[in-house]
Amino acid sequence: MIFAHADLNLILPELVLVTGTLALLLFDLFARQNGRWMTHILAILLLVLAAASVLAQGMGLTASGWSGVYERDVLSAVLKLAIYGVSALCLLYARPYLADRRLWSGEFYLLVLFSVTGMSILVSAGSLVTVYLGLELMALSTYALVALDRDNRKASEAAIKYFVLGALASGILLYGLSMLYGASGTLDLGEIALALGGSQPTEPLMAFGLAFIIVGIAFKLGAAPFHMWLPDVYEGSPTAVTTFIGSAPKLAAFGMAWRLLDTSLGGLSEQWGDMLALLALASLAVGNLAALVQTNLKRMLAYSTVSHVGFLLLGLLHGGANGYAAALFYAIVYALMSAGAFGMILWLAREGFEAEEIDDFKGLNQRSPWAAFIMLLLMASLAGIPPLVGFFGKLVVLQAVIESGRLWLAIAAVIFAVIGAYYYLRVIKVMYFDQSTDERLIPATDTGLRIGLSANGLAQLGLGLFAGPLLAWCVRAFL
Amino acid sequence: MELIVNNIELIAFYLFAGIATAAALAVITVRNPVYAVLFLVLTFFSTACVWLLARAEFLAIVLVLVYVGAVMVLFLFVVMMLDVRTDKVREGFIRFLPVGVLVATAMLVQMIMMIGVQRLATLPLPAEVPEGYSSTEAVGMALFTDYILPFEIAALILTVAIIAAIALTLRRRPGTKHQDVGDQVRVDPASRLRMVSMRSEGKPGGKP
Repeated sequence: MIFAHADLNLILPELVLVTGTLALLLFDLFARQNGRWMTHILAILLLVLAAASVLAQGMGLTASGWSGVYERDVLSAVLKLAIYGVSALCLLYARPYLADRRLWSGEFYLLVLFSVTGMSILVSAGSLVTVYLGLELMALSTYALVALDRDNRKASEAAIKYFVLGALASGILLYGLSMLYGASGTLDLGEIALALGGSQPTEPLMAFGLAFIIVGIAFKLGAAPFHMWLPDVYEGSPTAVTTFIGSAPKLAAFGMAWRLLDTSLGGLSEQWGDMLALLALASLAVGNLAALVQTNLKRMLAYSTVSHVGFLLLGLLHGGANGYAAALFYAIVYALMSAGAFGMILWLAREGFEAEEIDDFKGLNQRSPWAAFIMLLLMASLAGIPPLVGFFGKLVVLQAVIESGRLWLAIAAVIFAVIGAYYYLRVIKVMYFDQSTDERLIPATDTGLRIGLSANGLAQLGLGLFAGPLLAWCVRAFL
Repeated sequence: MELIVNNIELIAFYLFAGIATAAALAVITVRNPVYAVLFLVLTFFSTACVWLLARAEFLAIVLVLVYVGAVMVLFLFVVMMLDVRTDKVREGFIRFLPVGVLVATAMLVQMIMMIGVQRLATLPLPAEVPEGYSSTEAVGMALFTDYILPFEIAALILTVAIIAAIALTLRRRPGTKHQDVGDQVRVDPASRLRMVSMRSEGKPGGKP
């Protein structure tokens, strides 16, 4: 390979991110505590700049570079924009919470930015090596983020669980990838599909590799029965970190799942379709039923993540462009909703008060009608109530499932979604109809957080009413 | 004799593979953790020999240099420093042994059946390499041309590891005594040495 200008242009967003992050690393070293504001603003600007560079490349640019290890297409562009946007929101929400707890350090921003770089590489992976390295870059940064509150026992426990189970999942995935390599003799995702084109789908090595890869993906997404780490990690991490690990990485994991399952293993879609159907069903059941009995909002949202991952898998298992587009739409919408919902906890939290119990939201309407309204929009969107965007996410996924002829799966999904609506509506009921018991329940006054969260909540309504453009881009990603 | 000479490669393979397996078993069965680490070194070394037989000299050397030379020595230090209580760790080993053996056997049988060891035997052996072929050069060429981007990503992962390690372990405690080179250089004689003017005394033993 000759080092070409075209190759450098392909990785422009990653170049911007990496250069900026390393510059920020040096800047923060000298800025110390007084200049942390600058770090905060520069980190968000960097994400905006990276998003701008994706747009500057042109959304429609489709090319493969660096000897095939890097893939740029519409899907990667859409996912990158979503990842950068959601991560920027998370940084915006995180500041007051971190500052109250003496966790407001430059490392938080650096690790988030490195993690975003990993996600960015992951969704553009063209080879098994890039998939694995991108995944590790993303995951290692998030393990450290969870452990950042190192004097907190719960956070340390969560970090150890996250690290051990994450490493196990990476190992399983790597095992599957090595079998894929063994069966096909190539690392390139596209070439794997070609190499396997002629072989029997029941080739044992392939079947084994596929099973391991699916388990690895399920672990990373948090699909039942591989969801055990999720509630503990979400609950134990500092909420600012939960906001981040609960939103953007799901988008990257979706990108990885699509690259592995469709680009390289598309020929086996019948086999993995059934596997994913089981995982989706289990996730919907476990997630929705377990969330019913939670009193801790973070834990409840963790179980709700499991159920939403079930919906995401429903779109993926269809194995056609419609299903993928539905799953992509769902992933983006979910990342926004999840960032918003955890952001609400950050909004109410203050020094010495976590606001992570559902009871902490009692009578929020009396104290701050606006915050209660935003929470209402987010919860209703998570529950899937029209005309909010969460409803359209569920609608397009169910359409794709019915098209694929798995009517029973669509019926089960609807039943579980109705069961799930209960626990979201309970939060709304608590906010509007219960008497407040805690006088401290006044939302933080940080301007950035307030504007960001308000925009995030209103976007649920806006995207719901005008879902067309986003949906159109999701469809275009798989043309 | 001729049989041995003709099959010397096969014999060497079984010898090294056998030692590797036996040493790996020893790693998980010996009581003393230091011995376990040393057996792990033996396992790596034998594996490196097997790789040499497969004509992957570079990987073999890297395995010895990196794993045996660096990682395992570090491991040894950690094991010695931690003073692991083996009796605590081994509690329940016998109780869970039957279950463990059952699961391991089931997995082994499944994998042998599914993957098909016999099919692997039909795969061709690595081709005879031409005179003067260097796998180090081949790895280097691949690493710095086709795989330059993954190579750089790996560098990023290492950067994250450094940042994470420092962020998680560095504690700035106030009141600790440490050197400040700037202060040391800037020091001025007056702050270190107090000149006291004293009336001179007479010589000892001299006349007053």
